[in-house]
Amino acid sequence: MEIKTFKRGVHPHDGKELSNKAAIRVINPEVGELITIPLSQHIGAPCDPLVKAGERVLAGQKIGESSAFVSAPVYASVSGTVKFVKPMLTPGGTMVNSVIIENDGEYEQAPSLGENKDISSLTPEQIVARVKEAGIVGMGGAGFPTQVKLSPGPDAKITDIIVNAAECEPFLTCDHRCMVERGEELVKGLEIMLKIFPNAKGHIGIEVNKPDAIAEMEKLTKGISNISVVSLKCKYPQGSEKQLIDAITGRQVPSGGLPAAVGCIVDNVATVMAIKAAVIDGKPLIRRVVTVTGDAINNPSNLEVPIGMTYAKLIEAAGGFKEDPAKVISGGPMMGIALFDTEVPVTKTTSGILCLTKKAAEIPPESNCIRCGKCVEHCPMGLMPLHLNADTLAGDMDAFIAHHGVDCIECGSCSFICPAKRQLAQSIRVNKRAAMAVLRAKGGK
Amino acid sequence: MEKLVVSSTPHVRSNDSVQRIMLDVIIALAPAAIAGIILNNNSINAALTVAISIVACVIFEAGFQKLTKQTCTISDLSAVVTGLLLAMNLPETSPWWMPIVGAFFSIIVAKQLFGGLGQNFINPALAGRAFLLAAYPTKMTGSAAFGPAKFESVVDAATYATPLTALKESAGAVTSSDIINGFLGNVGGTIGETCAVLLILGGIYLIVRKVISWRIPVTYIATVFILMLIFGRNGAGDFMGAINELFVGGLMLGAFFMATDYASSPVTPIGQLIMGVGCGVLTVIIRLWGGYPEGVSYSILLMNLCVPLIDRFTEPKIFGEVKKK
Repeated sequence: MEIKTFKRGVHPHDGKELSNKAAIRVINPEVGELITIPLSQHIGAPCDPLVKAGERVLAGQKIGESSAFVSAPVYASVSGTVKFVKPMLTPGGTMVNSVIIENDGEYEQAPSLGENKDISSLTPEQIVARVKEAGIVGMGGAGFPTQVKLSPGPDAKITDIIVNAAECEPFLTCDHRCMVERGEELVKGLEIMLKIFPNAKGHIGIEVNKPDAIAEMEKLTKGISNISVVSLKCKYPQGSEKQLIDAITGRQVPSGGLPAAVGCIVDNVATVMAIKAAVIDGKPLIRRVVTVTGDAINNPSNLEVPIGMTYAKLIEAAGGFKEDPAKVISGGPMMGIALFDTEVPVTKTTSGILCLTKKAAEIPPESNCIRCGKCVEHCPMGLMPLHLNADTLAGDMDAFIAHHGVDCIECGSCSFICPAKRQLAQSIRVNKRAAMAVLRAKGGK
Repeated sequence: MEKLVVSSTPHVRSNDSVQRIMLDVIIALAPAAIAGIILNNNSINAALTVAISIVACVIFEAGFQKLTKQTCTISDLSAVVTGLLLAMNLPETSPWWMPIVGAFFSIIVAKQLFGGLGQNFINPALAGRAFLLAAYPTKMTGSAAFGPAKFESVVDAATYATPLTALKESAGAVTSSDIINGFLGNVGGTIGETCAVLLILGGIYLIVRKVISWRIPVTYIATVFILMLIFGRNGAGDFMGAINELFVGGLMLGAFFMATDYASSPVTPIGQLIMGVGCGVLTVIIRLWGGYPEGVSYSILLMNLCVPLIDRFTEPKIFGEVKKK
């Protein structure tokens, strides 16, 4: 078996043994529980609310929409009464205008978007329109509206559709369990995407630490000539878009470019499954699978929940805390966001809730850079993090840009590997924002 | 629930630490240092020199940091490494104060005055050695400084010379027993440079532990070998002579432990290759045509000065680099 990968990268302990055997459990909120649906769960224009306080809504009813191209509508995930429409705290740490619904426990469904049991007669335009209508966004974390990715423009020659099933973030197992338990939905979703690009080949890239998922997907794709399963080395950040494309096709997305520039479209497991549910079953995106794990959790689990349930309720469903957590992270340990409050809602991009004990959450003190060069040796983008860190601390923006600071993908490999425990990724991330603003201002002249 | 810790990514770190790296270097150096002491005719003074050097380096580092109100960093063990390396570069006849003077120059002048660990632009231990060599040449080199090794057969100990000095004075044919003696450390030389086999094993340990990369030591040693094969003391193609050059003098100590010093060597992969080749070329030039019998320390110090330039011109190609129009 050929195992593909990219250059450099790191090997953090994957922690997946905590939850990779836990079958997906379907969890529903209690009657009277408040469900918070943020009107912006994606990159792009926020939605305008379509409902007012006091109105009754049904599960799967559209409650927010925007006319902008780069946006995605949001739907009620339960039936009940709208209590408020007001800004609420989200996992990203910002206040976002949200619709808060009191669950009536009926789960009364809104009319379906329209079923298509036979996809052979669908046109690419119909598929893309449905993906947009269903509010599908990149569910791996970025939240980029999927219909935008599926509309690369007439000049783009798409040759490869890649399902990002690497799940390289340590601890997360939701994609893994979905493949093992619901693999046929993934294959169907990929087949729908290949309907849009009939000349493209489909690839499902899975890290070798999920042998059962590889076996299952190979079984399900047997006999489908334009879909292949690719075994990937277990290495972080294998699931980073650019690194995944490099591993599977050998093509490098040019600096500042999009995957379409090298003929690729990449979507993660949950997203592709959401495409299947939208196109074939006529279901909008209102539920997702979330991994709740970490050494502070009693019963690490993979839970299928309606969007809008709070993190606190999910933690409860996973048996609560074994001991007081010192850190709760939305996402995985390498790129997830540390929360200061667990009263935040699950969104379309919530892949995991990681709860770490005091010992695991310790932040080691920074010491002098010893110029060991490990960050250079491991940076998947071929950057020199030690120089970028020094440029940032010295306030030298020109040097930061000359050292390609804006090409940083913020994967955190440099900080992970640094023996002096320097906050390399943190400093580079902060300065990258400033550098991009400088470059935009220059470009505008 | 207590207050949650909020910090930037990543939330997990590798087990690597500066202290662990320095400990690995000490582990790698220890066998060669111990062999150097035991195989020495003057074992007691050699052991004292090592001990004084290490203690002096640690005290100077702690003292300077106390005086300048900085956080004390002696627990990272880097001062111990410097002390050990400095001692290994001294002759076994060193008077007690010489390692102290060397430690002062290494730690205070070469390291702390430039900002401490990671900021020194030349290897501190080699800087200390170079200072001592310039200040006390007779105590550092020559027949007065070095005696023969314990099991070395020498007709007249009073006119004894290290292998490189002997070669400098009159190059004769190298025999296989010369090479074996050099490889095992049964020759005269500084305390830590003689036992080539243990230095090589220590170097391999560091490469396996990923503390250092193969690039500098391998290119350094290969360059010396190839150039000695071409320009050897007995003419081109003297295979035995070229092999002998690898095991006598400080090449193994320099290539594995000194030229690879993080702060004073390039961080880029191509830069490290250039560093190794450059050190090799300079070593051969000094050994064959220079005034000193040995060129390892000065070749490394000279290349240290080129490191910022090398790093600047050997930046790795970034992922998906777009050529500037």
